[in-house]
Amino acid sequence: MSVPPLLQITDLSITYRTRRATVEAVRGIDLSVARGQVTALVGESGSGKSSAAQAAIGLLPENGRITGGSIALTGQDGSREELVSLPEHAWRGLRGTRIGLIPQDPTSSLDPVRTIGASVAEPLRIHGWHDRERITARVHELLDRVGLDDPALRARQYPHELSGGMRQRVLIAAALALDPDLLIADEPTSALDVTVQATVLDLIDELRDSTGAGVLLITHDLAVAADRADQLVVMRGGRIEESGPGAAVLAAPTAEYTRTLLDDAPSLRQGVDRRPRRPEPGQAPLVRVRELRQEFPRPGSAPFVAVDGICFDIAPGTTHALVGESGSGKTTTGRAIAGFRRPTAGSIEVDRTEVTALGGGRALRDFRSTVQLVHQNPFGSLDPRQSIAAILEEPLRNTRRGSRSQRRSAALHHLELVSLPPEVASRRPRELSGGQRQRVAIARALILQPELVVLDEAVSALDVTVQAQILRLLARLQDELGLTYLLISHDLAVVRQVADTVSVLRRGRPVEAGPVERVLEGPHHEYTQALLAAIPGAGRQADQLHPEAVPAS
Amino acid sequence: MHYLLRRIGGAALVLSLAFIVAYVMLTALPGDAVMARYGNPDLGLSAAELAQIRTAYGADRPALLQFLDTVASFLRGDLGYSVQTGAAVSTLLAAALPSTLALALLGLLVAVTVAVVIAVAATHGGLRHLGATRALRSTLRGLPSLMVSLPVFWIGIVLLQVFSFRLGLVPVLNASPLQSLILPVLTLAIPIAAPLAQVLIRSIDEVSAEPFVAVTRARGASTRWLLTRSVARNATLPALTMAGLLFGELVGGAVVTETVFGRMGVGLVTAQAVAARDTPVLMAVVVLSAVVFVVINLVVDLLYPVLDPRLRSTTAAPARREAVAA
Repeated sequence: MSVPPLLQITDLSITYRTRRATVEAVRGIDLSVARGQVTALVGESGSGKSSAAQAAIGLLPENGRITGGSIALTGQDGSREELVSLPEHAWRGLRGTRIGLIPQDPTSSLDPVRTIGASVAEPLRIHGWHDRERITARVHELLDRVGLDDPALRARQYPHELSGGMRQRVLIAAALALDPDLLIADEPTSALDVTVQATVLDLIDELRDSTGAGVLLITHDLAVAADRADQLVVMRGGRIEESGPGAAVLAAPTAEYTRTLLDDAPSLRQGVDRRPRRPEPGQAPLVRVRELRQEFPRPGSAPFVAVDGICFDIAPGTTHALVGESGSGKTTTGRAIAGFRRPTAGSIEVDRTEVTALGGGRALRDFRSTVQLVHQNPFGSLDPRQSIAAILEEPLRNTRRGSRSQRRSAALHHLELVSLPPEVASRRPRELSGGQRQRVAIARALILQPELVVLDEAVSALDVTVQAQILRLLARLQDELGLTYLLISHDLAVVRQVADTVSVLRRGRPVEAGPVERVLEGPHHEYTQALLAAIPGAGRQADQLHPEAVPAS
Repeated sequence: MHYLLRRIGGAALVLSLAFIVAYVMLTALPGDAVMARYGNPDLGLSAAELAQIRTAYGADRPALLQFLDTVASFLRGDLGYSVQTGAAVSTLLAAALPSTLALALLGLLVAVTVAVVIAVAATHGGLRHLGATRALRSTLRGLPSLMVSLPVFWIGIVLLQVFSFRLGLVPVLNASPLQSLILPVLTLAIPIAAPLAQVLIRSIDEVSAEPFVAVTRARGASTRWLLTRSVARNATLPALTMAGLLFGELVGGAVVTETVFGRMGVGLVTAQAVAARDTPVLMAVVVLSAVVFVVINLVVDLLYPVLDPRLRSTTAAPARREAVAA
C-alpha cells in the first residue's frame, strides 16, 4: 500500500467485563476507511459493530477494554497516530477535530435545555474558539450547509421545536464543525422515517464528497449500506464474515451470512413467501371504515385534525396496510379501529359491530377480544415485572376465560405458535431479545383468538434479519389461523412483502389506495412516488444484485 | 402569562386551605387559650370572671363569626394578641424573625453546598477510573442515606457534646453572634443536605447516561466541561423541586434546633406557644410558614420554564403530543 488509509483497524479485539464473565465483543477484525470514501460496517445487534465504532473514537463503555490490535489514524500530512491506549487528554484533542461522531438517536442526542446554536457551537468552544461573532458566523454557515432553512432562526430554537430529521441535520452540522477527517456515523438513520432517512443519507454523502472526509457508516440494514458504501464489511458475532468493495460483495456474496442479510433486506428481496389473498366475490368485508375523522382539542385555537376522510374495506383473511410518514394519522386510525378512542365523526364497522357506537363498559370490553393490537416497541409493551407466562395469561384472566390450568396450556400453546421454546414461559421480558419480545407480543395478541390484529409499526424497531423472521411468522400465522391484519408502517418495502391492499396517508388524508401491486408498481400520486423512491436500495433491482437467486425462505 | 396566573391562583388556594385547616385544628383542641392562661385555680378566678374574659377576647361568639373575624383581621395585617403575654403577635414575630431567618438561610446555603459537594464527588467521572477509590465512592453514595436517618435533635446534642464540651472549639457561653450560629446551622443543614444529595446523585447519574452527554464527549469535552455545561443544568431540575419541598424540613428543623440550642427565634416562640396553647401566636406562625412555603414553591415553579425551555410554550405542548400520537 503506497498511501496509508485514513483509518486502519488491524486485528482489533474488545472484551467487556460483566459481573459474571468477560464477553468477547470483537474478535480480531480488520477494516480501513479511505479519505473521501464510505466504509459500511453491517451486522445485526450484538455483532460488535458499535463496539468497533466506539473504540475508533475512544468512547468504549466503562467495562469495555481493547485487548489487542491497533487502530491507526493517518493525518493529512501523512503522520500516523496509534489510537489504542492513547491517554485521555490526547483523545480529547482528537475528538471533534479529527474524528466526528454522528449519533444514532437524534431525539436524545441534543441537550434539551440548550439552543441548537449552542449545541453546534460546542465543539468550537471546546477546542478553543472564543470570538463570539466568529462562532455565530460559523454556526450559521454550518446550519446552512446541512440544508436547514433560516439558520439564524434555527440557531435560536430548542431541540424540541425541530423534527427528527432536522435534529439529525443539526447533529451532522455539529460533527462537521471543525472539518474532521473521519466521520463515524453510528446507525444515523435507524430512528427516522424512510423518506427522511434517504435525505439524511444523501446529505452525508454530499458532505463527504465536498469535504473529502472518510465515513465509517454503521448500520444493520444492508440496503442502506448498499446504496452508499465503497467498502462493505459484514460483521457477525464479533468477527468479519466478509469484506470488500461494496458492489462486488453485493453482486457475489461469498459468505452464507451476507446472503441471509441480502435476503432479509425487505427492499432488496422478496423475503417472505406469501401468496396474495383475493377476497371471494360477494364476501362481506370484515372491516369497513367510512369518512373517519378524528380531532384533538387544542386550548386556545382550532382543534387539530389528525385524520379526515379515511375510507377503506378489509376482506377477511387479507392484510391491509396504512402507509405514511410520522404525523400522517395512521396510528390514530389504528387506535380508533381497535376502539381505544372514539372518532369525532365517521363509521367503523368490524365484524358487523359498529365500533363508534360501543358505549364503553361491557360491550367495549367484549369487542376487545375481536381486535388486538401489537405495538411498535417490544421493550415498552411488556410488563417488566411479570413472567412471560403471566403476560400471556393476563388477557384470559381479564376476560375470565378458562381455568388456571387451561390458561397455562393456552399460553404454552401460543408460545409454540410463535416458535418460542416452552422454557421462555418462566422468563422475564428483559431476558429476551427484541425479536423474541415481539413474538411474545404477537402471542399475547393472538391468545384471545381475535379476528383482526392491528400491527402498529410492529417490525419497525427490529433489525432487518429479525424483521424478516417476524414478517414470515406473521404470514404463516395468517395462513394457519385465517387472521386479518391491519398493518401500519412507514416502510413501503415491508408493505410490499406482506400486504394485499394499501392506503397511503398524508397529513391525515388518504392520497391513494388499492391493491398493493397496482399502487406500488404504478403509483399515481407524487407522494407515493416519493415514498417509493426513498426505500433504501430502491435503485437496485434484486435480480441485478444476485441473478441466480430464488426468493428464499 | 396564563401559566403565571394559574400558578398564582394555585398558590392562593393552597394558602387559604392551610389557613382553614390550621384554624379548625387549633379551635378544635380541647380547652381554649383563656382556660390555659386563666383557668389555673391559683389565680382564683370565678366562672363569671372567666366568662367575662372570654367575652373580652370574643371567644363566646359563634365559631363561624369568630373565623370570619380572624380572616378579616389577618387580611388587615392584624395578627391579634398573644394570650400568654398580651403582646401583639406581630411585634413578637418581628423580634424573633431576623434570628430565625439568618439561621434558615445559612442552613439552606450550607445544606446546598454540602449536597452539591457530596453529589459531585460521588459521581465524578475522574474517580470512576481509579480502582482504589471504589470504597470511597460507595461511602460517599451511602452518606446521604445515613444523614437522612439521623434525628435533628440528636445531631444538635452530639454536635454540642463534641465541639463545645469535649473539644471546646465553639463556646456555648458568651459566644459572638457568629459563633452561636455555627452549630445550629450545621444541625439544621445536615437533614436538609441529605435528601438533596440523594436526588442530585440520582439525577446526575441519569443525565450522565443520556446520549447527548456521550455526544458531547465525542466532541472532545473534558469531564469538567461535561459536568458544568451539559449535566449540571439538566440535573438541577429535579433537585430544585426537592429544594422547594425541603423548606418544610427547614421549619420543623428550626423549631427543634432553636429549642436544643436555646436560641431566640420563631422556632422557640412556636415551641413556647404550643406549650401555653397560645392560639393567636400559633395561628400566626402557621400562616407565616404557609406563606413562605407557598411563595418559595411558586418561585420554584416559575423558575422551571427559565431553566427548561421545553416548559415554556404551554400551548404548543399538547399539539406536539398529538402529532406524535398521530
